[in-house]
Amino acid sequence: MKVRAQFAFVFNLDKCIGCHTCSVTCKNVWSNRKGVEYAWFNNVESKPGVGYPKQWENQEQWNGGWKLNNGKLELKSGSRAKRLMNIFANPDLPEIDDYYEPFTYNYARLQNAPLSEAAPTARPLSQITGETIDKIKWGPNWEDDLAGEYAKRSQDQNMRDIQKEMYGQFENTFHMYLPRICNHCLNPACVAACPSGSMYKREEDGIVLVDQDKCRSWRMCVSSCPYKKVYYNWESGKAEKCIGCYPRVESGMPTVCSESCVGRIRYNGIMLYDADRIEELASVENEEDLYEAQCKIFLNPHDPEVIAAARAEGINEDWIIAAQKSPIYKMAIEWKIAFPMHPEFRTLPMVWYVPPLSPVQTQIDQGNLPVGPDGAIPLAGTMRLPVQYLANLLTAGKQAPIISALNRMIAMRSYQRSVHVEGQADTRALEAVGMSESMALEMYRYLAIANYEDRFVIPTGHAEVALDDSHGFQGQNGFTFGNDTSAGVSKITLFPRRRKESMEPKEPAPAADM
Amino acid sequence: MNLQNFIYGVYPYIALSVFLLGSLLRFDREQYTWKSDSTQLLTKANMRVASNLFHIGILAIFLGHLVGLLTPHSVFLALGVSDMAHQMLAIWAGTIFGVICLLGGAMLWVRRFFNRRIAAAGRGSDKFILTWLLLTLLLGLCTIPVSVGHANAGNPDVMIALAEWAQSIIYLHPDPALLANVDTVFKLHLFFGMTVFLVFPFTRMVHVWSAPFGYLARPYQIVRGKRV
Repeated sequence: MKVRAQFAFVFNLDKCIGCHTCSVTCKNVWSNRKGVEYAWFNNVESKPGVGYPKQWENQEQWNGGWKLNNGKLELKSGSRAKRLMNIFANPDLPEIDDYYEPFTYNYARLQNAPLSEAAPTARPLSQITGETIDKIKWGPNWEDDLAGEYAKRSQDQNMRDIQKEMYGQFENTFHMYLPRICNHCLNPACVAACPSGSMYKREEDGIVLVDQDKCRSWRMCVSSCPYKKVYYNWESGKAEKCIGCYPRVESGMPTVCSESCVGRIRYNGIMLYDADRIEELASVENEEDLYEAQCKIFLNPHDPEVIAAARAEGINEDWIIAAQKSPIYKMAIEWKIAFPMHPEFRTLPMVWYVPPLSPVQTQIDQGNLPVGPDGAIPLAGTMRLPVQYLANLLTAGKQAPIISALNRMIAMRSYQRSVHVEGQADTRALEAVGMSESMALEMYRYLAIANYEDRFVIPTGHAEVALDDSHGFQGQNGFTFGNDTSAGVSKITLFPRRRKESMEPKEPAPAADM
Repeated sequence: MNLQNFIYGVYPYIALSVFLLGSLLRFDREQYTWKSDSTQLLTKANMRVASNLFHIGILAIFLGHLVGLLTPHSVFLALGVSDMAHQMLAIWAGTIFGVICLLGGAMLWVRRFFNRRIAAAGRGSDKFILTWLLLTLLLGLCTIPVSVGHANAGNPDVMIALAEWAQSIIYLHPDPALLANVDTVFKLHLFFGMTVFLVFPFTRMVHVWSAPFGYLARPYQIVRGKRV
């Protein structure tokens, strides 16, 4: 057993209101630069829809993620040699139009235009060429709130095995939001595909990063990530991706997308897992078993054996405590209401999702739908969202775990309804799904109230332990003295000022007068 | 010192010094700029054909020059490769891979200069180096009819002179006089070729140094601790 800690997420889709605050804060902080205007480390998709970039879930098209080759894990894009043979032109690389051509508007025109009868307009400008775009044909969020024709949106890969026509009828249309960031996978395909070895997983917290100095723009990571969450900066020629807001996380703060989430749907926490079992559990033959396989990789942070092994690996004491209080562990393992997205990609993703309930209130009011014993809360199978759709998204098509999770969430509501509306606790719904009252109360606290301290249990990176002379370091934080500025533009010169690692080397503190 | 002696006696050392030291300095001090600078994301059309033809062609040509010019004459003879066989091999391989490279290179050149996205996103050095490589290639292709003439006359002297000149540079006793009877088109090609080495560290060419063969032997996953 090799214990490692992973910084992980849960997104509660039941409460996502699709406001895009996460996307906007993320972009403002990390990717508002030339070359990555088109890159949204965090984006929110309206589902069903083909998403961003178009059809990212369709691995027959992009060859992302892993496959089994005679029972052995291999990248879906083939062997290492095959990737090197494709290095001059990667056949699986998306084109920028698969995302969208980044654009701005000629706002100055609104002030500079000469006097005219008609009001001046600000025409769109391409942020690549600077030229006027006649018509914007696609954007980062083109399908927002079910925009566009159903025929196109229903090309969504999760609509397989579903009778599309039936759900296409206006009355039965269904809709959910899917916020997406890098999954910081336990078995990342991007890292495995990088020919220059510039991508890596951090030992301490499992955040997946690109070493910007070592990246050689071979661009295999972009196509190999099945979630299309590694982006190619066309200005700098380097791969860029969600960095899990590591400078914040190291200080014990949540990621900026999680912190700013209006709906309080995002949870950050630590999971302990057994790194020795990654290959075994990602190689499970049947795709439908992959969700349960991934659950097995996590270690119980209350188990004395696990705690001892974690200490032996040098995992800090407050990280073990954080793992014990982890909201991720509660939702994914104890309550079994959160799921990894597309486990069939075999990357063991670490952003998990609580599936959304989607009640049809008017139908219930008219008595058209079957309801539970309380007569008010509908059954899981009668929701707007077909269970098969959620299963295709979260459990590689297996319905039972999704139904069980939905039933638990419904039972929690039914119980709370009885307490607050009837004034008397009715535990029938809880008993039917094997929940205790205390579990229902705790789920209510985490899901409905979602206090800050419950959502974010993040131990610091303990820089103070690594730094043996804090005095020499003071006054230096935040400055860079090389050419690694946030603009990301490095002019090619052979003799620039010295590039620094991001901080000045430590100087010994001046000796005190004796 | 006349110009002939400078270009074929001194310039090679300037070019090679800048090539080696410049690459080292850029790698050490400016590694963020060390990349292939792919533009495939911006326009994918024809890239599969163009880029593969260009790269396969130019790599084969480079290896051909390396082996053909730097293998000592005695080694070829010891291996049983006659001068005329050597000459015919050079002509055929040069023609085949030269044309492959030219086809791909021309497609890339048109893309680089006339595709609006690539033109806007690229740098001046990208346009320069591609044009220079293609000019060098065209000069190289122009030497082929001359070589065929030599071959038909059964005269391998020019080929041997070129190889011995290249080896005189490597062995640090430059002998520009070896090129006295070499046709002008070869000399021009030499000058353009040496200049490629001179400008190499200042362009995206540096990615050649980083050909990722190590990937074939590497475990899939990389785990790294934080740097302190």
